[in-house]
Amino acid sequence: MANRYEMLQEKATEIRKLTIQTIGKLGVGHIGGALSLCEVLSVLYFDAMHVDPQDPKMADRDRFVLSKGHGGPAVYATLALKGFIPMEELDTLNRPNTHLPSHCDMKLTRGIDMSTGSLGQGFSAACGMAVAGKMDKRDLYIYAIIGDGESQEGQIWEAAMLAGSRHLDNFIAFTDYNKMQLDGYIEDVNGLYPLEDRWKSFGWYVQTVNGHDCKAIAEAIDNAKKLKGRPSMIILDTVKGKGGYFCENMVASHNMTIDEATWKKAIQLIDEEEA
Amino acid sequence: MVNTLVKEDRWLRETYVDCLIEAAAEDERIVLLEADLSKAAGTPRFKAAYPDRLINVGIAEANMVGVAAGMNAMGKIPFTHTFTAFATRRCCDQVTLSVAYAGLNVKLMGSDPGVTAELNGGTHMSMEDVAIMRNIPGMVIYEPVDSAQLKKMMPQIIAHEGPVYIRLLRRNAVQIFDDGDDFTLGKGTMLKEGSDVTIIASGIMVAEAIRAGQALAAEGIDAEIINIHTIKPLDTEMVLASAGKTGAVVTAENASILNGLGGAVCECLSENLPVPVKRVGVKDHFGEVGFTPFLQEKYGLTDKEIAAAAKAAIAMK
Repeated sequence: MANRYEMLQEKATEIRKLTIQTIGKLGVGHIGGALSLCEVLSVLYFDAMHVDPQDPKMADRDRFVLSKGHGGPAVYATLALKGFIPMEELDTLNRPNTHLPSHCDMKLTRGIDMSTGSLGQGFSAACGMAVAGKMDKRDLYIYAIIGDGESQEGQIWEAAMLAGSRHLDNFIAFTDYNKMQLDGYIEDVNGLYPLEDRWKSFGWYVQTVNGHDCKAIAEAIDNAKKLKGRPSMIILDTVKGKGGYFCENMVASHNMTIDEATWKKAIQLIDEEEA
Repeated sequence: MVNTLVKEDRWLRETYVDCLIEAAAEDERIVLLEADLSKAAGTPRFKAAYPDRLINVGIAEANMVGVAAGMNAMGKIPFTHTFTAFATRRCCDQVTLSVAYAGLNVKLMGSDPGVTAELNGGTHMSMEDVAIMRNIPGMVIYEPVDSAQLKKMMPQIIAHEGPVYIRLLRRNAVQIFDDGDDFTLGKGTMLKEGSDVTIIASGIMVAEAIRAGQALAAEGIDAEIINIHTIKPLDTEMVLASAGKTGAVVTAENASILNGLGGAVCECLSENLPVPVKRVGVKDHFGEVGFTPFLQEKYGLTDKEIAAAAKAAIAMK
């Protein structure tokens, strides 16, 4: 039987394959920033978060906000694997009357805690959830993922300041630091360096880990939960388009077209590598 | 209804805070969010009563709205506050997406509507706030007239499942109503029945409309006067019934005439019952510093303008 971390790594691979298949069947999508999320989503949904797919509105559940809402397809793949939504629903992505739109929508999708898409906004909402959690002394955590490009939004830093100032140690956030955004490399467009120092200066407990190593992510979450008095930022050192031979580490992967032969080959290659 | 048209002793914001303190005692979900304008709203009294239930996010209005959305997602009923200009145009996208699109229930109070921003001047003087909020699906827009009305409306606003924009005059309102009067969110209030022309007014323009009605009466013109306090959703039933009776309409608002109360009434009438309409309000320009009476005179937000518009509308019948 696989141990905790091997299981999480396997789940991440399943999320990756499902994400490639889901976007591939549609033929277009934000594949790059979805594939960089697979490991953290695996750790959150199959290890860290207290959630129940049978009771998605359970009062004392942990909350998750994908502030970089365009990564929605990776979350939908995760929700399907976890049992929140039927696996076959993934094939409805962005089709007419779907419950799975490009960007996360709490009114449409079972298991989504916040509607996101306009960058920077989900992070404020997650911060508000943490404020409310603290106010009522509730025993739950608020998790959020922001993008590195999204970190150029001023609203991110408004929320960062408030969370630091209010010592929201029930708030555990991640930056998907894949170094790329639509128009190019982050550092060429509007650099984030030194990202760790920026978060530290806002009063956050900061860890940087390999964002494709489930063990490292899980341990960072464990550390974050032990630390009291500060919100946590876990910077995930990731690769945009990770695991897709046609898109890995490519700026063009932000939103691209994918034909059937390509996505099928991508999944085949992942299977071969696993074998 | 009171006909003396005297200003109330207390600022209207005090009634707003009274209502929140009272409601908060019975409803633990009610929380307040401020962006460093707590003293302007008079909410330090609320914080004194409930120290943990007022969150001051500092000068960060966009974040305040997002935080409020997140708090509602956790079961709270948040009331945010900043000046009307910042409550709407500054965080339009946050109100639109994090609140309305997400289907969340946040009450957004904007203070100092239109010319009542006075010495804060053009930067703080939103003429476009109603128009911005009107275009957000599901948004309810309420503009109080006086304290008696606000007291009756606050429980309905709290009970309403969805976002409400409260366009609140901070200072002394002219008393129009008695404590015994009743009001319903989404329904207009008939102030005086008449047969020659309908005057539909909101906020500080209600007192002007009543004065205009008195002046018109002296000239033998019988004006019907309506207060539309809920600008969205518009009480189309009352608007159509009155316009059908009088055949001419004047709107009066302390805001831009574009896509505000006047715009809403014109949309309703032109699609259902085309009659002449004249809109009294700010004619597509920015504000400036000045006290309310000076600015009302300068921008034509007066009883004289309403009376003149009424005669013009009647002449177009």
